Amino acid sequence: MAEIIVVTSGKGGVGKTTTSAAIGTGLALKGHKTVIIDFDVGLRNLDLIMGCERRVVYDFVNVINGEANLNQALIKDKRVDKLNILPASQTRDKDALTLEGVQKVLDELKKTHDFIVCDSPAGIEKGAHMAMYFADRALVVTNPEVSSVRDSDRILGILQSKTLRAEKGEEPVTEHLLLTRYSPDRVERGEMLGVKDVEEILSIPLLGVIPESKAVLSASNQGQPVILDTETDAGQAYDDAVRRLLGEDVEHRFLNSAKKGLFSRMFGGR
Amino acid sequence: MQDTEAALDSEVCFKLKGSRITMTILELYRYDYQSFNDALSATISNAPDFFRQTPVVLSLERCPASAHVDFIELGELCREYGMIPVAVRGGSEQQIVAANVAGLPSLPPASVSSRAPEPAAEPAPVAEEISVPVSANRVITQPVRSGQQVYAPGGDLVVLAPVSAGAEILADGNIHVYAPLRGRALAGVQGDASARIFCQSLEAELISIAGNYKVNEDLQGALWKQAIKAELEGDQLFISPL
Ligand SMILES: Nc1ncnc2c1ncn2[C@@H]1O[C@H](COP(=O)(O)OP(=O)(O)O)[C@@H](O)[C@H]1O
Ligand SMILES: [Mg+2]
Repeated sequence: MAEIIVVTSGKGGVGKTTTSAAIGTGLALKGHKTVIIDFDVGLRNLDLIMGCERRVVYDFVNVINGEANLNQALIKDKRVDKLNILPASQTRDKDALTLEGVQKVLDELKKTHDFIVCDSPAGIEKGAHMAMYFADRALVVTNPEVSSVRDSDRILGILQSKTLRAEKGEEPVTEHLLLTRYSPDRVERGEMLGVKDVEEILSIPLLGVIPESKAVLSASNQGQPVILDTETDAGQAYDDAVRRLLGEDVEHRFLNSAKKGLFSRMFGGR
Repeated sequence: MQDTEAALDSEVCFKLKGSRITMTILELYRYDYQSFNDALSATISNAPDFFRQTPVVLSLERCPASAHVDFIELGELCREYGMIPVAVRGGSEQQIVAANVAGLPSLPPASVSSRAPEPAAEPAPVAEEISVPVSANRVITQPVRSGQQVYAPGGDLVVLAPVSAGAEILADGNIHVYAPLRGRALAGVQGDASARIFCQSLEAELISIAGNYKVNEDLQGALWKQAIKAELEGDQLFISPL
């Protein structure tokens, strides 16, 4: 049975699309048939991050409206065998997505995929609601700063009440914290919240910590998900997160600054 | 609270009724700023202590469907006197839309019997039943997240998970939080001065008992992040270690 994963946050610019691209690609690399859907109607950029923007013919809304079938709209990734992308529409019409329409498309994708990764738009309005409504799992992408943590907290409240699982009284959506743009130096200088602080406030299990990294920008400029840059810290951190998502027990890393890493590790700090 | 005979004649502009879920109903017959303000201040002067952080439901069931009500202005007036409108009940479609725009959700009208007759010779205020099953105590096992509000009408509230900054928990009775309390906690919201607040780690934005409150900066003393109980001594909110 396919699993639906929403990548969500409340706040914009925290790394949802970067994460959707990396995690989706990572799952496919591990042999699972995966599709990444861009729910950001009007502001699509998953296709840019994935480097397939020139291959977009039909989009998510076209499929919902019956103007194209799924096979026409799905873009097969050229690098990773088991990976598909379903781009968002450029329409300004915020009502283009309906719960019925989304459900129809998800049901069809479930037949042929193991994982469906939903890249949520920012905010707590309709678009974010659509992206999370059918989810089995949520990756709550959070930056180590107060306003981002607050927005993630809000999203967690909504996940508890406004999803299909909540409404049906089923097992709640499984929640994971993904702390991104983490800069150990700035944490040490007291400019940012530490991992422990964020974990304590949100009190959900930590899936991974993705360091603030130049590799992310250069990957997105090349239209390549950063997880494919296996030599980079961010690429490795995303790979760790994918393995944890699949049930592996992987130790956390990139929690300390490069210079101080060994020193604080000797004293058990993290 | 006083005599209500004149329900429909021109001097009286609304009537207050008690209810089983300890929600006060403000029954509106018509609205204009001046008469509402006058009536409200007269009512409040009769019972100055009754309205402290008191949630009220605005009933529009006796208000003509065409009557225009400025809910934003009305809400501000109410809050000035310590009443907090939380919802409207009944009302015409236009009134409900206006209420929603002002941030007031709408409840379905009360049972038909209480809405049909004109309130010509209405008896004195009676406890009114709203057909919502109410268990006095509430136990919450999930975190209360920012933007969420949990209320235990008529009883105690027990929370077994963190209460986030930006969340609000309220009870007519005591509040227990067996985890960090980072949001707002209001116990004894109907005026019960013997209500208490207990929490495992005091990190709150505000705590209040029967309307006597302390805000975050008053709380950040020696007991910050400690297990505490809060109670009233006179009208002083007193915090001590557990
Ligand atoms: N780990 C990271 N290190 C450095 N920059 C990052 C990181 N993650 C995201 N970014 C940058 O932050 C910006 C927003 O990322 P994006 O994934 O589009 O966020 P969202 O989808 O949440 O709006 C982009 O410019 C991206 O390159
Ligand atoms: Mg995005």
